Amino acid sequence: MRMRTFSFAALAAAVALASLLVPAAWAQSPKRGGVLPFVVPASDFPSMDAHQETTFAVIHPVGPFYSLLIRVKTNDPTGNALEGDAAESWTVSPDGKTYTFKLHPGINFHDGSPLLASDVVATYQKIMHAPKGTISPRSTYFLMVDAVTAQGDDTVVFKLKFPTSAFLPAVAAPYNFLYKADQIAKDPTWFKTHINGSGPFRMKSYTPGASMVGVRNENYFKPGRPYLDGFEATFADKESVQVAAIRGGRAYVNFRGFPPTVRDDLVRAMGSDATVQESSWNCSLFAVPNSKRKPFDDPRVRRALNLAVDRWNGSKYLSRIALVKTVGGLVFPGSPLALSESELEQVEGYSKDIEASRAKARELLREAGIPNGYKFKLNNRSTDQPYKIVGTWLIDQWRQIGLDVEQQVMPTSTFYKALRGGESLVSMDFNCQSIVNPTLDIAKFISSDKSSANDGKYIDRELDRLFEAQMREPNQPKQKALIKQFEQRIADNAYYINTLWWHRIIIQNAKLKGWQITPSHYLNNQLEDVWLDQ
Amino acid sequence: MYGYIIRRILLMIPTLVGVALIIFVLMRMIPGDIVVLRLRGEGGAQVTDEMIATERRRLGLDKPMWRQFNDWMLGIAKGDLGTSMWTGRPVIEELDNRFQLSLQVALMATLVAVLLAIPLGTMAALRQDRWPDYVVRVFSIAGIATPAFWLGILMILAFLIVFKWMPPIKYTPIWVDPVANLSQLIWPALATGYRYSAVATRMTRSAVLEVFREDYIRTARAKGLMEHIIINRHALKNAMLPVITVIGFEFAFLIGGLVVTEQVFNLNGLGKLFVSAVGTTDYVLVQALVLVSAFTFIITNFVVDLLYAWLDPRIHYR
Amino acid sequence: MSDIAADREQGRTWVAGASAASVRFFHTKPLGAAGLVLVLVYIFVAVLAPAIAPYDPIDIRYDAMLVAPSWHNWMGTDSFGRDVFSRIIYGSRTAMLVGFTASFIGATLGLLIGVWSAYAGGRTDMLVQRVLDVFMSFPLIVLALAIVSVFGTGVGNVILAITIPMIPRCARVVRSSALALREVPYIDAARALGFTHSRIILRHMLPNVVAPYLILLTAFMGQAILLEASLSFLGLGVQEPTAAWGLMLQGGAEQYAESAPWLPIFPGIAITGSVFAFNLFGDSLRDVLDPKLRT
Repeated sequence: MRMRTFSFAALAAAVALASLLVPAAWAQSPKRGGVLPFVVPASDFPSMDAHQETTFAVIHPVGPFYSLLIRVKTNDPTGNALEGDAAESWTVSPDGKTYTFKLHPGINFHDGSPLLASDVVATYQKIMHAPKGTISPRSTYFLMVDAVTAQGDDTVVFKLKFPTSAFLPAVAAPYNFLYKADQIAKDPTWFKTHINGSGPFRMKSYTPGASMVGVRNENYFKPGRPYLDGFEATFADKESVQVAAIRGGRAYVNFRGFPPTVRDDLVRAMGSDATVQESSWNCSLFAVPNSKRKPFDDPRVRRALNLAVDRWNGSKYLSRIALVKTVGGLVFPGSPLALSESELEQVEGYSKDIEASRAKARELLREAGIPNGYKFKLNNRSTDQPYKIVGTWLIDQWRQIGLDVEQQVMPTSTFYKALRGGESLVSMDFNCQSIVNPTLDIAKFISSDKSSANDGKYIDRELDRLFEAQMREPNQPKQKALIKQFEQRIADNAYYINTLWWHRIIIQNAKLKGWQITPSHYLNNQLEDVWLDQ
Repeated sequence: MYGYIIRRILLMIPTLVGVALIIFVLMRMIPGDIVVLRLRGEGGAQVTDEMIATERRRLGLDKPMWRQFNDWMLGIAKGDLGTSMWTGRPVIEELDNRFQLSLQVALMATLVAVLLAIPLGTMAALRQDRWPDYVVRVFSIAGIATPAFWLGILMILAFLIVFKWMPPIKYTPIWVDPVANLSQLIWPALATGYRYSAVATRMTRSAVLEVFREDYIRTARAKGLMEHIIINRHALKNAMLPVITVIGFEFAFLIGGLVVTEQVFNLNGLGKLFVSAVGTTDYVLVQALVLVSAFTFIITNFVVDLLYAWLDPRIHYR
Repeated sequence: MSDIAADREQGRTWVAGASAASVRFFHTKPLGAAGLVLVLVYIFVAVLAPAIAPYDPIDIRYDAMLVAPSWHNWMGTDSFGRDVFSRIIYGSRTAMLVGFTASFIGATLGLLIGVWSAYAGGRTDMLVQRVLDVFMSFPLIVLALAIVSVFGTGVGNVILAITIPMIPRCARVVRSSALALREVPYIDAARALGFTHSRIILRHMLPNVVAPYLILLTAFMGQAILLEASLSFLGLGVQEPTAAWGLMLQGGAEQYAESAPWLPIFPGIAITGSVFAFNLFGDSLRDVLDPKLRT
């Protein structure tokens, strides 16, 4: 494995180069000042300690207060390149088992104390081995880590058990806020309700369920940043409110995304006061039949469900009303390891001849002894976008092969419980990742005794083998071939029925500058480069 | 009288315990799990059964049901509403500014209702079965029939389309900035106040009609007292009793009943908190919210009854 | 309490001279008559929905999404290209089904509990009252929301969620009317004659509390329709693709307000119109049956 280093000099060069290529709006020199109002499309966050949480509702309002060790490059539309944040650079040993991170000098926490290597070590220890009274939903991302140690005040060393491409993405997860070691030691739950970060903004006030207000961190370690005087994040879980807020100038952006109809509405209403950015979204939406329950233990029935779905036309129609669009396999479409359109057409269920597919589906149902008008329930989440809309569409797709499906919508917590507990028969399911990384994308689908996120409840050792093999395969074409086999195996057994990938649309007030859409709403939320043109 | 007050207060206790028991059981019947929700989130994280068990233990969900109920009741007796399972903050902190907001909207809606209901209801009664009566009745029945949230949606739409303006989406306490506060809260107060006024108008109308049938008003009329004196001195005062009941009743409901309207206007009040707490199956928070709204309801009714006794010398409580 | 003789009088009028009463009703209560006509129109539409609706309400047409009202689609189409007018027509089925079932079951159970509680008296009555107190102190929507969360969405559960909060409200009113009857001589006489309790309750007490029952029944219809719409609006009511007004309001009002204002407007009018009709009728019914009852 080759040595990889990264420095801010390189970043500066890259930015200089990029500025020659990007559109004029970007080339404008940033202005300092102003407070950015934005909406967070949630009712509140559970706690401020992102290590313990799994929702963007923490990242959006709290992310700007913290530094990460490394992160997915800000303002990078691919979402798969990494850069240092608190780390100035990092190196990998030739055997790929030792990673050495060198910290940027002069980083201070908001309380004035310096950020040292020991703080980074304590942070990752907290994430890997949750102290008593805390939880860590992503601890399993770090199974390859043998030890993490500090060398002096500015160097952190991770020793791995085996080399893997899954390590850096795990370190760079946007949830891994850097905390202060002695605060963790004193009370690991302190961060649920308090903030002491080293990020571009400091917390000014928080009103539960209402808003989070941040002000500029004057001692931020990146010179000249942030541009904003502060931000004001308001929680608004109803989409109509978010839209109205942007339209009425009460908020400048919702960093999660809006469906296309909202885009059309807002553009019509705001004209040149609104700027639109779009990107594929690293989230995919599935229907998952429970492979352990009748009649879906019969692969023929599952395959019929899969064959009935017309993805190509669905994309055309649904992309006008729902936040889904891209037809793809299990790996983020367009990324180096994803299937191309022609490869995809070879996968069962992706044929462009939908009539033939549906004829096959009816045939399979007949063989399996499923009568015409067979009734079952589709479990779904009580959220419109995109769950209920795609659910309604799926029901119509299945109606075409003679199935009579009722949508059973449940509150999110009930929905998850049924999904995890294997109580659902057929359910909507989704996979949302931050960093574009195929190993993370497909980890969900291995056998249910190895992946607790496998909601189809099947066991398939061949899938597990393919997964392991691709994870350790350094040669990209070979890795791609393994992933292709993996994808085909899922489709041939219809363990999961892929619908469409999400499509991210950001509608922002034209005053908001210096923020580039990425494929994930978990990324690019520290806001140090954002500025207001006013 | 004092005996009556004490008895009423004592009677509140079994009612509140009953409410507590029902919501306690109902919540645990919801087939959701806050721990799974929290750990699983959107990111498709790999969550082991062991992690879930640890977290359940931390939240005390592994204890037998009766123990959980017992602990909760003991806490309440000590004035401790518990800690939200979702945010880890004390419930009292969660309620703090939300209660403020809901209370203010409820009070403002009451004001709207009273200002509309009493003149309109009286007018309708005085002109019973003539066109002013019909107009008022149609107006008030329309108020009952119009969903407040729909009215809210139409209001916001109208503001946006006509004035390109949106009410603030963030709550500012009235003592900090009265203009910002009112420009946010006046609309939901109007939307709910209309419905509320409709109920009160109907009550005013029938109460005034009823009083008119009483002997002493007939006597007064027969004596040739001027109409407005009759109305002001006699009829209205007596008719106010049932109207107060209805206003008190509705007010008590508004504290916890603004659920849907708060969604429309993004008001960070008790109703919105309730919906999200039910969504996350946050037992402790939902239980506390229900108890608080039931308590408000019971207290308001009690106060209304006392007011009733105070206003109407004919009523004696034993 | 009100005059017992008058109550009996009214009871008899209702049972015996229903037709005469309705003629009088039309003459003296034109608003109520208008309400009744409107109610009948809604019922008529609900029953004959397949004959009236120009399109299948769940038929998705991707080539006609969000079409403005026109000759083909009088009220436009929604985001799935479904005809809004047809969905409103079919939505009246959901509304009437939920409205009638929930209010009928709720009011009837309330009636039985109220009468039984009043008749039994003593400790039973006391206990029932306390239980009713408990249920009354839940805000209507809060209780309904909790019930839907427990049992899940769908028409049946929505009806259940709406019915339960209505029972105590009816029981309360019926009990106070029935209480006045309890000590009336002819009930005592019936007891002395050795009639069974159920016979006394059914034959003698029930007919006398019919007036408040009917008044509450009509009031509940409107409330049930509103509550169903509220639950649907919160996403916890009847579910897609079933046609239901509150559900249409949710999707429409949320996302397409600017480019498709017909989506929030028509279902809202349908809801308001039906509740208006029930209340207009109920209001006048109350004036006729029992002007003193405060419900």
